[in-house]
Formats: sequence, structure tokens, C-alpha cells
Amino acid sequence: MSSKPALRLGPDQDVAEGVLERRHAVSALIGDPGDTLFVSGLAGSKDDVLHVVGADSPAAFTLSGAMGAAVAMGLGLALAQPERKVVVVTGDGELLMNVGTLATVGVLNPPNLSIVCVDNEHYGETGWQESHTGRGVDIAKMAEGGQIPNVRTVTKESELAEAAQMLREGNGTSFVLVKVAPTKPPSIYRSRDASWHKGRFREALLGKN
Amino acid sequence: MSDAPAWQGELYDLLKNEFDVSQFSYVPDAGHRELINRSIADPEVHSVSVTTEEEGVALQCGAHLGGARSVLLMQSSGVGNCVNFFSLVSHGRFPFLTFVSMRGDFGEGNAWQMAMGKATQPVLEASGITCLRVENEEELIPTSRAACTMAFQSEEAVAVLLTQKLLGAKAFPTG
Repeated sequence: MSSKPALRLGPDQDVAEGVLERRHAVSALIGDPGDTLFVSGLAGSKDDVLHVVGADSPAAFTLSGAMGAAVAMGLGLALAQPERKVVVVTGDGELLMNVGTLATVGVLNPPNLSIVCVDNEHYGETGWQESHTGRGVDIAKMAEGGQIPNVRTVTKESELAEAAQMLREGNGTSFVLVKVAPTKPPSIYRSRDASWHKGRFREALLGKN
Repeated sequence: MSDAPAWQGELYDLLKNEFDVSQFSYVPDAGHRELINRSIADPEVHSVSVTTEEEGVALQCGAHLGGARSVLLMQSSGVGNCVNFFSLVSHGRFPFLTFVSMRGDFGEGNAWQMAMGKATQPVLEASGITCLRVENEEELIPTSRAACTMAFQSEEAVAVLLTQKLLGAKAFPTG
């Protein structure tokens, strides 16, 4: 019988040797965003995207609620815009809330959709409770089981470049699980008005709100 | 091979040809069989088999971001699975259109269906979604056209409830 997970009182301040820091890891995986369209999960993954594209970017739709919606939202966008690259950046907790969506995506296998799961093995927004992935659950295997054709797990610096290339050039949907330290970099301010962001996103993409 | 009523085919044509719907998401359901099968067979649309109905809600919002129109086909029991994602629709003021085949209403013979059948319309309305009930075939296309106009032109959230008066209640053994 397994013991209860240790109680955490907050995020780590320092990143241990050999462990990836989330902002650096996500920046390296995305590289030059170019005209990529982004959908993010809540909190930490939202900030990871905004760190790359800028808080004012109209090319990123970031969730601050509706936890579990990010991947399906990215799928709808990717199907609607087959000529544009769509990247969903989300966390382990958000993805686990609707992990069946990986099967929905895998069956359709849109080539312009990539998913990055930033796995810090914790629910950072709610008190740093340990998530399932800190207790052996492997979301990359779920992605593989969902028939997503290009899946990588990245745990160290030397693995970032190949995974980044796969995200850009993969023939079929790509999924990267990136294991990161449970840190909390400074949050990046952005209005939480989803209707306003929707309008800006559509205006920039479609020329109409 | 279809023995589905003619209105199901007319509804598909309305959605696809008159309103440019290009994404049909669904959880398999007998009441939507013809719509689902037409979308699967049609290379011009995306037929998205979702594992839970809430995915179809998020899919629609993503489709709208990308300038495409989407509908969610589900059974009334699936409405309960969607509730938190309806916050994305209402807070984001996304257009939303769903066709709900009712269980747990007129003539239901499976007691398990009654609770969600009674809750379906109140839950949708509490989530800010306008419900249009269809009880006979003559109303189906005009009501669906009205729903499409409200959703895609006024960018409202609308549910068309296909009642068991329209669909007929599924027969269950009484023994």
C-alpha cells in the first residue's frame, strides 16, 4: 500500500540540477511562434504562452476557467484553420480533467494541431497538492493510447530540440509531455474578459469580430 | 438503408447548406442517427466523435475562434456533462447551437432517464441557453432555422430540444 503524498506548502523557489524550468522549456519547445495560433489552459500554462507571445498577443486564447476545455477548443480551431499551426499549451491537472479528448484528437489526427502538456506534477493554483502524474500516472502513454501519432516525453535539456522540431514538422498531431520543476514564475497580467479576447483573436485572424 | 424520418435529412441539409455548418460533434444517439451518419459520410464536413459532450461545447468555441460553424448533437443526459463548459459560452459570449434528443420526458419507460429528463431544460436555461422545444415534425425545420439564425447571426446560445413526442419513446420491457 502506498503512503500518502507529502504535504507541500508552496512552490519550489529553485530548480534542481537536471530538472527543466517551465518558462525556458516552453519557450524552447515553441521557438519562434511565427503565425502560430495558441490556446492555453489556466494559470501557469497561460503564463507560459504569454511569456512567448506577449501578454497583448491576439494570437493566444487563454482560459481562466472551464478547466479541461483547452484541447477540445484547440481541436475546433485547428479544424477551422487547416492552413495554420495551432498549439495547445496546458498543464497536467487541466488535461487530466478531460483526458478523453486525447482520443477524440487521435481519431481525427489533424496535422496542424500540437499539444504541449507542462507537467509539474502538482495543482499549483490550489495549494500545490500533488497531482496524479506525481504518483506514477503517465499522460504521454494516454496520448499514445489515444492514437496520437507523434508523442514525446521531455525531461531534460538535451531532449528539447528534437521535440521542438517534431512539434513544428510532425506529420500528424504531435504531443509533448514536458516534465518541469514545480515552480511559480511571476504571473503575467492579462484581462480575464474572454469575450474581449475572442473578439481580438477573430479580428486578427479573420478581419472581423 | 435509412429508415429515419425525412426531417433528419432535411435538418442536415439546412445546417450544412443553408448555414454553412462544417463541424458536427456528437455522442452516438439513436435520435440523431441520420445526422451523425450523414456527417460521417460527407467529406466536406468534420464529423467529430467526442468522448463526452462537454468536448463538443469547447470544440464549438474553438471553431468560432477560427471562423467556422459547429453544432453539438447529444442526448438530454449529456447536458449534465456540459455544465461547467457552458461558462465558456456565456462568459465568452460565444455562439452555441445544440440539438438535444430528449429522454426522460413524454412516455419514458426507463426510470433512470427521468431525473436528467426533468433537469435538462432548467439546467440549460440556468446556464443562459435559450431552449426551443419541438413536438411535431411540421415545427422541426422552421424551429431549427430560427435557432440557427439566433446562434449564428445573433451569436446567442440556443438548444433545440427534440422531444419524445417528436421522436417517440424508446420501448422498454415491462416484465
